[in-house]
Amino acid sequence: MKNNEYVLQMKNISKEYYGNRVLKDINLSVKAGEIHAILGENGAGKSTLMNILFGMTVIHETGGYEGEIVLDNDSINIKSPVEAMDLGIGMVHQEFMLIPGYSITENIKLNREITKDNLVNKFLPDKLKTLDFKKMGTDARKALDTLGMGIDEWVKVAGMPIGYMQFIEIAREIDKKNIKLLVFDEPTAVLTESEASNLLKAMVKIKEAGIAILFITHRLDEVMEVADNVTILRDGELVATKKNNETNVMQLAELMVGRKIEKIKKSSTEKRIGETILSIENLNVMMPGEEIKGLNLEVKAGEIYGIGGLAGQGKIGIANGVMGIYPTSGEITIKGEKLKLNNPKDALNKNIAFVSEDRRGMGLLLDTSIEMNIAITAIQNKGGFIRNFVLFTQVNNKEMKSHALNMIKELDIRCRSEKQVTRRLSGGNQQKVCIARALTLEPAILFVSEPTRGIDVGAKKIVLDTLVKLNKELGMTIVMTSSELAELRSVCDKIAIISEGKVEGILSPDASDVDFGLMMAGEYKKMQSKGDDIK
Amino acid sequence: MADRKELFDNIKSFFVSNMVTIVFVILGIVGFYYSGLSLPFFVNELSIRITRNSLLVLALIIPVLAGMGLNFAIVLGAMAGQVAIIAVTHWGIIGVRGFMLAMLLSVPLAIVFGYLTGKLLNKTKGKEMITSLILGFFANGIYQLVFLILIGTLIPMDNPVMVLSSGVGLRVSLDLTGGLKYAIDHIWMMSIPWTALTMSTYTMLFVLIRFYINKAGKMTKKVKNTHLYILAVAVIVALGNIYRINMIDENSAFLWALLATISLPILYIAMKLYFDQSEKMTKKSAQKHYYFVAFALPSFLLSLYIMRTASIFNMLRVPIITVLAIAIVCVFTVYIMKTKLGQDLKTVGQDRHIATTAGIHSDKTRLTAIIISTVLASWGQLFFLQNLGTMSTYGSHEQVGMFSIAALLIGGASVSKATIGQALLGVVLFHTLFIVSPLAGRNVFGDAQLGEFFRAFVAYGVIGLSLGMHAWKKQIQSRNSLK
Ligand SMILES: Nc1ncnc2c1ncn2[C@@H]1O[C@H](COP(=O)(O)OP(=O)(O)OP(=O)(O)O)[C@@H](O)[C@H]1O
Ligand SMILES: [Mg+2]
Repeated sequence: MKNNEYVLQMKNISKEYYGNRVLKDINLSVKAGEIHAILGENGAGKSTLMNILFGMTVIHETGGYEGEIVLDNDSINIKSPVEAMDLGIGMVHQEFMLIPGYSITENIKLNREITKDNLVNKFLPDKLKTLDFKKMGTDARKALDTLGMGIDEWVKVAGMPIGYMQFIEIAREIDKKNIKLLVFDEPTAVLTESEASNLLKAMVKIKEAGIAILFITHRLDEVMEVADNVTILRDGELVATKKNNETNVMQLAELMVGRKIEKIKKSSTEKRIGETILSIENLNVMMPGEEIKGLNLEVKAGEIYGIGGLAGQGKIGIANGVMGIYPTSGEITIKGEKLKLNNPKDALNKNIAFVSEDRRGMGLLLDTSIEMNIAITAIQNKGGFIRNFVLFTQVNNKEMKSHALNMIKELDIRCRSEKQVTRRLSGGNQQKVCIARALTLEPAILFVSEPTRGIDVGAKKIVLDTLVKLNKELGMTIVMTSSELAELRSVCDKIAIISEGKVEGILSPDASDVDFGLMMAGEYKKMQSKGDDIK
Repeated sequence: MADRKELFDNIKSFFVSNMVTIVFVILGIVGFYYSGLSLPFFVNELSIRITRNSLLVLALIIPVLAGMGLNFAIVLGAMAGQVAIIAVTHWGIIGVRGFMLAMLLSVPLAIVFGYLTGKLLNKTKGKEMITSLILGFFANGIYQLVFLILIGTLIPMDNPVMVLSSGVGLRVSLDLTGGLKYAIDHIWMMSIPWTALTMSTYTMLFVLIRFYINKAGKMTKKVKNTHLYILAVAVIVALGNIYRINMIDENSAFLWALLATISLPILYIAMKLYFDQSEKMTKKSAQKHYYFVAFALPSFLLSLYIMRTASIFNMLRVPIITVLAIAIVCVFTVYIMKTKLGQDLKTVGQDRHIATTAGIHSDKTRLTAIIISTVLASWGQLFFLQNLGTMSTYGSHEQVGMFSIAALLIGGASVSKATIGQALLGVVLFHTLFIVSPLAGRNVFGDAQLGEFFRAFVAYGVIGLSLGMHAWKKQIQSRNSLK
C-alpha cells in the first residue's frame, strides 16, 4: 500500500552550528517528477538543509540535526553520503566534487567504477578486480550525450572551463541507475546564460523520467521557468511554500529578503572622466572556451566599463588575459606604460586588481579567517597592514581588523565575527570576501568578472552599489564583465559587446534592446554594412 | 619565435622539476671518475646493492600514491622481517625452507604492525610523515625492550649462540652463514650479460605482445597465424636458451647466433606493430613502450657483444630469483594500481574529502595501503639480510626508512608522486654514491672520512632538500593561485 505520494518529506528539521541555530523547524515535501526550488538569501541555510539530507560529514561532526526525514515511506537517518547514495539521493554540490587529475570518465564513475568480467577477476574479491575502462567510457559517453555535451570523455578535468565541470557533476548523477531524488545546489551560479538554459532543459528531461529535483538558485526567473513549487527560507526559518502558478518574481524576492526590493537605478550625478588609462591593442588570449582573437579596447580613467556578450564569445578572456592568467599576446598599456604580459605580478604592481569569475578555483584560503583573507593580497604585494620595525616587520592586527569589520559592514558579509574561518561561511558570503579582498588593494583599475553570481537579489544591490560608490569616491576605474545585461546597463557608463573574440560594438547603457540583441548575436556589423549598401 | 620560447620553457621546466635527480646523476658520474674504481668492480658492487635494496624502496610507492607521503614506518616492516629471521634461525631451519618460513611468519606480524601504523596515521592526517618517523623510533624502543631485556627473562630462549652469555638479551649481531645467507640468491645465478640479454628480450617480447593484443582484432587471419607461429618459435627457443644456459658454456657461439636470428624477427614485428599502433594508443602509453624498446635494444646488442668477448663482465653474476622477486613486486604494484583498490587509493590520495563524499572509505583504504607497504617492507628486509649474511640485531632496521626514502627521492619522486621507474633509478643513483663517495673523498681530499660524511649527508641531506623543495614548490603554486 502506498499511502504516501511524496518521495521525500523533511519534518521539523533544525540544526545548530556551534550554538548558532541556522535551521529552525523546516518542513519540506517533494513528489516524484517534481522540481522543487529552494530560495533564500546568502546564509539562509539552504546548503545546510541539503547537507543534512545528503549526510555530509560536516553535519555529523558538528552535532547532527533534529527532526525526521522520510524517504518514500521509511523514516531514515542518513549518516554518510554513501548511505544517501544507496538510498537513491544524488547531489550536485555547490563546490565541485571533481578530481582534477582524473579524466571525465573517471570522475563520472568515481567509486562506481566498472570492473572487468574476465576469468581472473571471477576469483578475486571486488577490490582486486581490474577496471574496465572501455565500459566506463561508454557509460560516461551516454550520460554526456544525454546532457548534450560533445566533449571527449577521456579529457582530463584540470584546466577545463567551469561550465563544463558543472555538467560533469550532473552527468555523474544521472549515470547512477537507482536515483530518485537529485539535489542541485546553485548549479547555475557558475554557468553563463546559455549554459544555464541548457542545464534547465536537462533538468526538465530528468524530471520527466520521474526523478524528483531539489533546486537551489538565486535566479528567480529560472525558478519561474522550471520549478513546480518553491520553498523560501529566511534566516533559517521557513517563510512560505508556493506553487509556481500562484506567485511571481517580485513576490518571491520580497519573501526572501523580507522587504521590498528597490530596482537598481542608475544615479545620474556627473563624474569626471579622465584620460585613457587602459588601452589594449590586438589582444589574443588563449583561454579555452573563451578565446580572444585580436581585440582592441580603450578605457578612460574614472569609467565603469561594461563587457558583455554571449557565453563562449570571449568576454571572460579579457580580464584573464590582462592579469596574465592565460597565455596572452598583443599590447596592453596602462597609464602610458607597457604591461608585461603573462606576468600576474606586474599587473598587481601596476595597481590592477581582479575578482575572478572562478571564485571556487582561485582565491579563498578556506581555513583562514575572514580578516586575513581580505588583507592577504595587500600584505603580500603592497606591504599593507604592516608595521615596520627596523629589523623585522609585523602584521598590524588592529588595522587589519578594523578594515575587515568595515568591509563586512559595507558588503553585508553575514558572519559571526571577522575571525571566523571562511570555510564556515555560506557560498555567497565567501564570494563577498573575494570582492572585499580586491577592493582592499584600492586599485587604480579593478576588473570584476560576474560580481553578483551566486549572490542573492538583496545583496546584489549592495555589491553593485559598493562598486558605484568606490568609482565615485575614489575615482576607481572599473571594468566589469557580466553575463547579466540588466546589471551592466544599471551601473556602467559604456558597454562593449564581445563576439567571436572581438569587440562587436560599444553601446551606451540606454541604447535600445534591439541594438544589444543584434550585437550579442554578432549581426550588428553585418546589418550596418548592409545598411550602407542600400544607401 | 613562440615555438622557441616554448621549447626553452619546456627545457627549463624539465630541469627544474628533475633538479634533484640531475644533480645526483652528475655527482655519481664525477664521483665514479675520482674514485678510481674499475668499471667491472663498480658494476658488480652496484648490482649487488640494487638486488639487495630495491624491494624496500618499492614498498614505499603505494602509500605515496594514497596521499600519505613517505612512509618512514617501513621500519616496522623491517622489524617484522627480523623477528621472523630470529625465530627461524633459533629453530635452526635453514636454506630455502627457512627463508620461506620466515616469509610466512613475517606476514601476520607485518599485517598487525601495518594495521596499528595505519590506525595511528588515520588519527594524524596531514602529519603522516612526522608521525611515521616518530613511530619508527618508538617501535625501535619496544623492539629493543623485547630482544634486549625480555628475552631470557619473560621469553625463555635457550640458545647460547644467539643469546648473550648472561642469558638475557640477544647478541648484537646474528651470523646467518650456514643459515639463511644466500638462501635465495644462490638458487640460481646468471652472468650479467646473460641477465641483461634475457631481460631485454623479454621486455621487447612484452611490448610486442601488448601491441599484438591491441591490434589483434583488426588483423586478417593469415597475418595473425604467421605472427603467432613466429611468436611460438621465439618463445620456445628463448625458453630453450634459458635452460641451456646452465647446461653448456655460456659463450657458445651457437647459442648467441640462434638467439640473434630469433630475436631479429621479433624486433621487426614489434617495430612494425609499434608504428601501426602508436596512433591509436594514447601518446603517453605509446611513448612508454617506445622507451622500453629504446632501452632494451641497446642492452640486448651490448650484452650479445660482451658475451662474445672474454670480458670480465661475463664473470659477474646476478641472483635471478631475487631479480624475479623485484619484477614481481613491480608487476604487483602496477596491477594493484589498475584495480578498484588502486583507483580508490589514487582518489583518496588526490582528495580525501571528495573521496569520502563519493562513498570511498578513505580510512580503510589508507589502512590497506600501509599494510601492503609494511608487508612488502618485511619481505624486502628478508631479501636484504639473506644477501648481507649478518644481521645487526639492533641496527639493521634502523636506517631502512631513511635510506629507502632518500633513494626514492633521488630518483625524482616527491611526497605526492612516485613511480616504479623513479624507485629503481633512485636505488641506482643512491647506491652509486654510496660506493664511490668514500674513495672519491680520499682521492680528492686525501681523507676517506670526508667521503663517509658525504654518505651520511647524502641520505639526510637529500630528504631535507627534497622535502624543502616540495614545500617551496607548493608555496609558489598557492601564491600563483592567489593572484
Ligand atoms: N561548517 C560550518 N560551520 C559553522 N557554520 C556554518 C558552516 N557552514 C555554514 N555555516 C553557517 O550556517 C549558515 C547557513 O549557511 P548555508 O551555507 O546553509 O547558507 P546558504 O543558504 O547555502 O547560502 P548561500 O546562498 O550563500 O550559499 C550561515 O550562517 C553559515 O555561516
Ligand atoms: Mg549555499
